[in-house]
Amino acid sequence: MPNSPSDAPRRVKVQRRGPLLVEGPVEVELEDGTTVSSDRFRVALCTCRRSRRYPWCDTSHRPRSSGSGDGPAAKG
Amino acid sequence: MEYDREGPQLPTARGPISAAVGAYLLGAGPLPAAETVAEAPPYGDDLQLALYQCYELHYRGFAGVSPALEWDPGVLGTRAALEDRFLSALRADTPVHDSVAEAVGALLIEPVDGKGVSHFLRDEGELWQLREYAAQRSLYHLKEADPHAWVLPRLWGRAKAAMAAVEFDEYGGGRAERVHARLFADLMTDLGLDTAYGRHLDAASAECLATVNMMSLFGLHRSLRGALVGHFAAVEITSSPGSRRLAEAMRRTGAGPAAEHFYDEHVEADAVHEQIVRHEVIDGLLEQEPWLAADVAFGIDATGFLEDRFGARLLADWRCGRSSLRTPLPDPRHAAREASHTS
Repeated sequence: MPNSPSDAPRRVKVQRRGPLLVEGPVEVELEDGTTVSSDRFRVALCTCRRSRRYPWCDTSHRPRSSGSGDGPAAKG
Repeated sequence: MEYDREGPQLPTARGPISAAVGAYLLGAGPLPAAETVAEAPPYGDDLQLALYQCYELHYRGFAGVSPALEWDPGVLGTRAALEDRFLSALRADTPVHDSVAEAVGALLIEPVDGKGVSHFLRDEGELWQLREYAAQRSLYHLKEADPHAWVLPRLWGRAKAAMAAVEFDEYGGGRAERVHARLFADLMTDLGLDTAYGRHLDAASAECLATVNMMSLFGLHRSLRGALVGHFAAVEITSSPGSRRLAEAMRRTGAGPAAEHFYDEHVEADAVHEQIVRHEVIDGLLEQEPWLAADVAFGIDATGFLEDRFGARLLADWRCGRSSLRTPLPDPRHAAREASHTS
């Protein structure tokens, strides 16, 4: 976040189900040696390997059911 | 009296209440009678448009209307009566989960064979339907994140810091070209839609107006801060998968790069926002004010309730090959398509 002191340790939040949350901006080196970057204030890194936007989380880790519906909005 | 020279036009009235509010704003008549408001259907066109007019004074106002009327006691009194009708109906009609955890948990399960609007648009949506969808959603997206900014002074500590961080992201992280409302205007340009603020108000259904009025209602009342936080969480949690489907719809129909980008951006951004809103905003708020839990759950479920109504209305129209709009879209480039699809 913009007001974080630059000498503070960078915080990483881990969770059993869900992405790894890292304070941004970050550069991520992928297995093939390429790097991708994100300058969001917080970055969600995929840990389930199901994301179609890997290494970024796209919520593909969510459990699925055979219900129907859209849920609320398509965005906010 | 000083009045706004620019800004959106006042909408066309949809009944006696919205007509009276519109006339009052122009200094041309009295506010609606209390008994008329007391009998109005709470989700109907007339009440929803009248409420929308009252709320819009807090955002951009209307051309020819005095900005001072934002705090006019008469308007505020009418607004309170309209809000009472709407909120009472929402409280009575929304099936609310017993706990925040259950309400959130229900949103975190992705249906395999969803039948919602974004599923429809992904699988079989045509360009004219995407344009109608964008025109109606523009009522919110052209002021994206604004209704939620009202809650900031009502929060503190962890909840405030996290809410402000998400809002900062919605506002482009300090860069005008990345403000989400601007990204949506770019999407509208790709779709050949007029991007002027308020331009599509007359076209929007009552079901659409209700989704936006709910945000203003929750945002403008400190007493409803729990509901606002719940509403915001519901939007952020469901946005990522929904946006992916809409991005696919934009790609499949060749809507254009900005149209794809708006939803692609939301897939990624809202996967992050969801985490922050759940763990920091909701948890932070309930740590400080645990008695607001029922309102948070109400905000989550009321959002689902109104979004489902809006979605059902869109699909009911589209499945009959009918336009979902009250007034046809004017873009001449698509006149032929409009003529064959609007009723």
